[in-house]
Amino acid sequence: MPDPVNPEVEWARRLLAGDAAAFTPFVESFQSKVFQYTWLMCGQREDAEEVAQDTLLKVFESFDQLREPEHVKAWVFRIARNYCLMKRRRSVFAPDRELSLDELMPRALPDSDSAGVAPSSRVPDQRELPEQKLLRKELNRELEAAMQELPTNYRSVVLLRDVEGLSTAEVADVLNLSLDVVKQRLHRGRLALRKRLAGYLAPAGKVSA
Amino acid sequence: MNTAKHEHRAVDPSCREVFERLSEYLDGELSPQDCAHIQEHIKDCAPCVAFVESLKASIQASHDLRPAKPVHKLDAEAQKKLTAAWKAALERRSA
Repeated sequence: MPDPVNPEVEWARRLLAGDAAAFTPFVESFQSKVFQYTWLMCGQREDAEEVAQDTLLKVFESFDQLREPEHVKAWVFRIARNYCLMKRRRSVFAPDRELSLDELMPRALPDSDSAGVAPSSRVPDQRELPEQKLLRKELNRELEAAMQELPTNYRSVVLLRDVEGLSTAEVADVLNLSLDVVKQRLHRGRLALRKRLAGYLAPAGKVSA
Repeated sequence: MNTAKHEHRAVDPSCREVFERLSEYLDGELSPQDCAHIQEHIKDCAPCVAFVESLKASIQASHDLRPAKPVHKLDAEAQKKLTAAWKAALERRSA
């Protein structure tokens, strides 16, 4: 019975044992996950689809080298990450930059109702958006845009850790970084996203963005 | 707001230290002592709690993120390529 949280592990074990019935669920699951990662890393749909397909092909070509099926997700994302890097080298991309902690720290936090919060970033009134689905869609769209605005060195960490659910150690392994660097980038990336999404997430007037 | 304890400014060293470790705190990666230190710092402080809650909500939104655009299904030719690559890898493995 596959683990409901990480069914890919069981599918990978079965594929290593030659079980063809695990092929389709494995491909469908990773096609979607890898596409999401490459889409948010590359920013171009065509590039993302190409990279996702190249990644899947490489995954199966190298399947005999999968030593630890319990870490199959990290293994697949390491391959995806390498293809993304190759794609970025071939195209124009913004250089990485550092996010300053001071820029992301809350400024003095007023108790007064809306001081310090720009009108455009106030929490949308639930009555204005009665459909929960619509709000979720809007938040997803903002989050995707915010992700794509993050410098790539932060984006890759946040994507792997928070969107794909890899552990901190697995992210460090995939990106070939130390644990401390992963933790620092994760935190700053999260703070930058929080700042950008504050109007959708924070109680109005309580947190200065 | 408990202004006697901290002023929520980047210049306050204890605030900065807490602020820097909030992700580790939320991920459960801190020692019980460090965790208690952060809890003590933010306790009874509504703006601090609101900040932590909004950070938590932002992280949750990332967990819940699903691609807005549908993924193209792999065509028959691509499926065939993947199957062939997998079978070749299995043969190498058993050789």
